[in-house]
Amino acid sequence: MSFTLEGVGFTHANGHRALAGVDLRVAAGERVALIGASGAGKTTLLRVLAASLRPGSGRVELLGSAPWDVSPRDLRRLRARIGVVHQAPPIPPRQRVVTAVLAGRLGQWPLWKSLASLVLPVDPEGARRELARLDLAERLYDRCDRLSGGQLQRVALARVLYQQPELLLADEPVSAMDPALSELTVALLNDEARRRGVTLVASLHAVDLALRHFPRVVGVKDGSILFDLPAAEVNEALLRELYAAEGGLPLAGPPLPSSSPDAVPAAGSLPPLRCA
Amino acid sequence: MSAAHRDPAALPRLGWTLTALVLLWPLLQLADFRPAALFEPGNLAAMGNFLAGFLPLETSPDFLALLGRATVDTLAMATAGIAVAVLLAVPLGIVLTRSLSVAAIGPGRAGWVGQLLRAASRGLLAVLRGVPELVWALLFVRVFGLGPAAGVLALGITYGGMLGKVYGEILESTDARPARSLLEAGSGRLAALAYGLVPNAARELLSYTVYRWECAVRASVVMGFVGAGGLGQLMDQSMKMLNGGEAATILATFLVLVLAADGVSETLRRRMA
Repeated sequence: MSFTLEGVGFTHANGHRALAGVDLRVAAGERVALIGASGAGKTTLLRVLAASLRPGSGRVELLGSAPWDVSPRDLRRLRARIGVVHQAPPIPPRQRVVTAVLAGRLGQWPLWKSLASLVLPVDPEGARRELARLDLAERLYDRCDRLSGGQLQRVALARVLYQQPELLLADEPVSAMDPALSELTVALLNDEARRRGVTLVASLHAVDLALRHFPRVVGVKDGSILFDLPAAEVNEALLRELYAAEGGLPLAGPPLPSSSPDAVPAAGSLPPLRCA
Repeated sequence: MSAAHRDPAALPRLGWTLTALVLLWPLLQLADFRPAALFEPGNLAAMGNFLAGFLPLETSPDFLALLGRATVDTLAMATAGIAVAVLLAVPLGIVLTRSLSVAAIGPGRAGWVGQLLRAASRGLLAVLRGVPELVWALLFVRVFGLGPAAGVLALGITYGGMLGKVYGEILESTDARPARSLLEAGSGRLAALAYGLVPNAARELLSYTVYRWECAVRASVVMGFVGAGGLGQLMDQSMKMLNGGEAATILATFLVLVLAADGVSETLRRRMA
C-alpha cells in the first residue's frame, strides 16, 4: 500500500471545511487523477498526502509510516521520498536552472554536498538528463527568470524527476502550458511512474487529460470523494454532477495524433470545450 | 454609498492615522522642536561664524600623510568590526527566520523549542545593539587596554545586534515558498536557506551589510575616545585644538568614504542583478 487515508478531515482556521471524511487507499505503482471544481479540496488533499498538512481528524499512513507520529528525523526522511509538483513553480527567479533541478535531492544529500553544489554543480549531467526529457537541456545554465511560465513549470517538473520520489504528487502540473505541451507532460509523468513503479497522484483541471492518461480517477466535491472509479467507468452524468457549480466541463482539447488514447470513450462523447 | 459597500478597512485606517498624529504632537513639544529658530538672524550669524572657522581646508603634506594613515586605520577597524558583526549576526538571524521552521509545516511537533530559541535570540540581539558601542568600548578597554582591539569588538557586538535583527527581517520578508517547498521535500534548514531564501534575499542582505560598514566607518569617531587611533582620534585632537581646517578636511574624507561605500554597494547590486 502506497498510502492510506481513513476518515481524513481538515477545517481551516476561518471555519471553512476543506476536507471531510476522506477515505482513500492507493497501492504502490497506481496512477490516480484527482478531478473536481476549483475549491473542491484537491490541493488540500495533495498537501495531506505530501505530509505538509496535518489533518484535523482521521488517520494518515504514507509509504508505510504515520507521518504525524514519527520523530522529526524520520518525518524528514519520509518527506524526501515524496515528490511534489506545485501549481506555481516554487523556484527563486534568480536561481540557475541547473541549481533549481539539483535542489530536488537536497533531502538526500548531506549539507556539505548541498553547499558545495552551489559553488560548482555536483551533478550537472543528472540535471541535464532530466531536462532533456522535457526538451529543456539547452537551458541548463540559464537563469530561471529568463524562462517562460511553461518552461519554468517544466524546470520544477525536472526537479521532482531528479528527486526520484517513491510517491509522486502533482498539483495542476500543466496549468501554465498549452494543450499540446500539457498532453506531453502528463504522458511523461505517467511514463515515469510506470517505468519506475512509482505511485502517481495528480490533480488536473482538464477532465479529458485525466480520463485519457490515468487508469483510476477520483472525483472530489466539497471536500469529499464523490466517486473513485476506473477511468472507463466515469460517465457523463457523474462529471455533470462533479462540475455542477462551474456550469461546464473543463477540457484541454483533443488528444495529439501521436498519443495513444487508452481511455477515450467517456471523454469522446463530451463537447470539445476549451477552458483556460 | 451604502454601508454594505464601504471599505471595511477605511475607518480603522483613519483611526490609526489620527492616533499617530495625536501621539506625535506632544513628542515634538517635549523635544523642544522649533525649526523657526534656525532662521532667526542672530542664530544664522552664529552658525555662519562657526562654519567659517572650518575654512580653508588644511592641506599641508604633513597633515595629509597623517590623514592617509588614519584613514587606513579607520577602514581596517570598520572592516574588522563588520566581520565580527557578520559572524555574530548570521547564526542569530537564521534562528530568527520563521520561514525556515520545519515544525511549522503541518504544524508538526515540538514547535515550542523553536519559539523559545527565537525568543532567546531576539532578546540577545536586543541586548547586543541596545547598549551603545561607546559603552561596550569602555567595557573592553578594561580588558584589552587602549587600542583598536576594544574598538573592533565594540563595533562588532553592537553592529552584530543590528545586522542580526535586519538579516532575520529581510529573510522573513523574502518569498517563503521556495524554501518551504524544499523543507517539504525533506531538505534541511540550512540547505533550504541556501537554495530557497538566499537567491532572493542576497542583494538586500549585501547592500544592508555594506551600508552598516559605511556606518561603522563613521562610528569610528567614537573609537577616538578609547585611543584606538584612526580618523576618530585625529578628529578628537583637531577639535580639541580648535583647528577647524583640519576638522573640515577630516569631514571631507568621511564624505569621500561614504560616497565610495555607496559606489561599492551600487556596483555589487548591479553585478548581482
